[in-house]
Amino acid sequence: MNLDFDASDLAFRDEVREFFHDAIPATWRLRVQAGLRLDPPELVRYQKLLYDRGWAAPTWPVEYGGTGWTPTQQYIFWTEAADAGAPPQFHQGLELIGPIIFTYGTAEQKARYLPGILTCDDWWCQGYSEPGAGSDLAALRTRAERDGDDYVVNGQKMWTSYAQVASHVFLLVRTSVEPKRQQGISLLLAEMGRPGMRVQKIPTMDEKYHTNELFLDDVRVPAANLVGEEGKGWGYGKVLLDRERMVTASTAIFLMQTVRGIRDAARRRTVRGVPVAETPDFAAALAQFEIEVIALQAMVLRLMADAASGADSGPRGSMVKLRWSALYQRGMLLWLEALGPEMTHFRPEGAADPVLDMPYAMQGMLYSRVTSIYGGSSEIQHDIIARRALGL
Amino acid sequence: MNFDYSDEQIMLRDSVDRYGAEQWAAANRLKMLEEGPEAAVRRWAQMAEMGWLMLPIGEDQGGLGGSAVDVMAIAEGFGRHLILDPWVTSCVLVPALLRGGGDAAGDVAAAIAAGEARAAAALIESDGGYDLAHVATRADGNILSGAKLHVEDGADADWFVVSARTGGSVDEDGGISLFLVPRGAEGLEISRYRALDHHRHARLTLNGVRGVPIGQADAALPVIEAGVDRAICAHLAEATGSMETAAAVTLEYLKTRKQFGVAIGTFQALQHKMVDMTIACEEARAMTYHATLHLGAAPAERRRAVAAGKTRVADCGVHVGQDAIQLHGGVGFSDELIVSHHFKRQLMIDQAHGPRAHHRARFSAAR
Repeated sequence: MNLDFDASDLAFRDEVREFFHDAIPATWRLRVQAGLRLDPPELVRYQKLLYDRGWAAPTWPVEYGGTGWTPTQQYIFWTEAADAGAPPQFHQGLELIGPIIFTYGTAEQKARYLPGILTCDDWWCQGYSEPGAGSDLAALRTRAERDGDDYVVNGQKMWTSYAQVASHVFLLVRTSVEPKRQQGISLLLAEMGRPGMRVQKIPTMDEKYHTNELFLDDVRVPAANLVGEEGKGWGYGKVLLDRERMVTASTAIFLMQTVRGIRDAARRRTVRGVPVAETPDFAAALAQFEIEVIALQAMVLRLMADAASGADSGPRGSMVKLRWSALYQRGMLLWLEALGPEMTHFRPEGAADPVLDMPYAMQGMLYSRVTSIYGGSSEIQHDIIARRALGL
Repeated sequence: MNFDYSDEQIMLRDSVDRYGAEQWAAANRLKMLEEGPEAAVRRWAQMAEMGWLMLPIGEDQGGLGGSAVDVMAIAEGFGRHLILDPWVTSCVLVPALLRGGGDAAGDVAAAIAAGEARAAAALIESDGGYDLAHVATRADGNILSGAKLHVEDGADADWFVVSARTGGSVDEDGGISLFLVPRGAEGLEISRYRALDHHRHARLTLNGVRGVPIGQADAALPVIEAGVDRAICAHLAEATGSMETAAAVTLEYLKTRKQFGVAIGTFQALQHKMVDMTIACEEARAMTYHATLHLGAAPAERRRAVAAGKTRVADCGVHVGQDAIQLHGGVGFSDELIVSHHFKRQLMIDQAHGPRAHHRARFSAAR
């Protein structure tokens, strides 16, 4: 048992460190620390930066344009990225649909879609949730009926994040009605902007534009865009479950940036000459937060070691997701506390100067609330762990 | 990077589990706790025979020079079976303090390794919190005067390693030295206490007690801190083993106990509590590794890692202990079931060498 990296891992670390040196614009720092997504053009720029270096897809196999890195290398990459203030890569193409395409897609689909994911020339959004199908995704009602060489899609998707900028969407649709709800669901790839598609913004409480409703009225999607077999779409998500541990691992590593954001804020503001960071209550709360982030990272290291040795980690990915979202939420509240009275000055009006860290600290706190809801709510994660790990 | 035990460490771990299952079966626990000092002496001899006592002790001290991970492999089994004997104190903590301490220290370490002596460390004093640098006990030459507040596992110790001030003022880092004091030393008063986990501790009053100086004079604090961190890591492993057992026993109960005509584990409210306990166990194990694998790091880094581990493992252990009782319902409160014993041990491990709040502050200060 040891925490040591071997010589080649150390050489790799130096290479990554060298790459990130000066690579990340200072204007990204606060938003990344606050756990906010950068604007799409910035995320595209970051993805292209990695692409040019050959590092577009840290978790993909080499044959599809990935790096083929070992779990240890992935860990090193993310740790160095986090140290350098880099954002997480946008995940919907890279981690959600890409792996499904390279696992279940046709040769044509792989050739058409994978390169655009790597360069981010294509931006993918996820058409899964519906007004009546949230945690209970199998209740989805959007229908696709075969008509010649096309499917004709009718229905409504909800919480379709970044549909406003996406070039493509992957849709779960019902292609037949079967006794078991999970059967008869198919996975379709569609271009955005096709006739019959309408994107409507859902204003969210953080005053950022993330997400949308997507209305689908007689939208024609070529049948060649069906992934895998008709009616088997539900099962394709399983490939993501196995990969999930690596993705949640990276988010946990990036949480150390939030610790830095909080500490910087708490050092800047003083009360009677004493930095907030040095007052006993705040110091204890921040120490506790940082300790729990370290604990999460230690869990992640074990996940990585499991992945490296090919061992099943069971639902440890769910555990990391649960702990990560809870910690992110707590951290952002701490950050606001550090700002003191000016935490209320969300946006300047007229010629007023913007308040340091605003609006990002506040938006980060608000955004953090959705992280325990999206991607399987904390309650659903509990159910998954109870079933898969505990046999309850 | 690797978190697997070696084959030898797996053998060690399994040997503790076999011994624990035989000697410390949960159903026999109350009877075991009734047994007196003779039984403790007998158990100690068994452990000596299995080589556990000499394992953590340096080869230059008459031991086997076991690594921190070897210690972890044994200590987690102590937690799983709630083995009561003061192995961490006598075989992990004290030998670390005696290391390189000269002939007398070498003799005591060798006696511990051979199972011929037990020892404890008298380090903290009243008014000092848990600060190891707060030493008011004076050494005039080798004559010690003062009082030591809490001596972990000190009730049955044959020897005490006592910190005393040979220079500097009460809270100064420098000027602290270590002395060996035998149980029967003239002028030594020992008050003994049983804790609720049945470990037995002591308070010492030293009225002009002659001690034997060990190690470098005036410079003992770094040695003490490093030794205590080593003992803390053993306790973290013990706590992790204990909470994992408490969680496993609780999960089994959820699957077998019926109410309202069904197994209570079918209730979502209980399932979610059980999941949180499981995650706590995962965190604790990960943090135990984190702390233990940093024991060899530079002092500031070691201090941060161990303090973080101490804080979080205690959070997890107390939480798991409490909810293990809660999910058992009424019988969880009874003395007969094992879960309350695990809870008590978690509380006491949190206290040993300073509770969460102390180590959280230590973590902050170590930046």
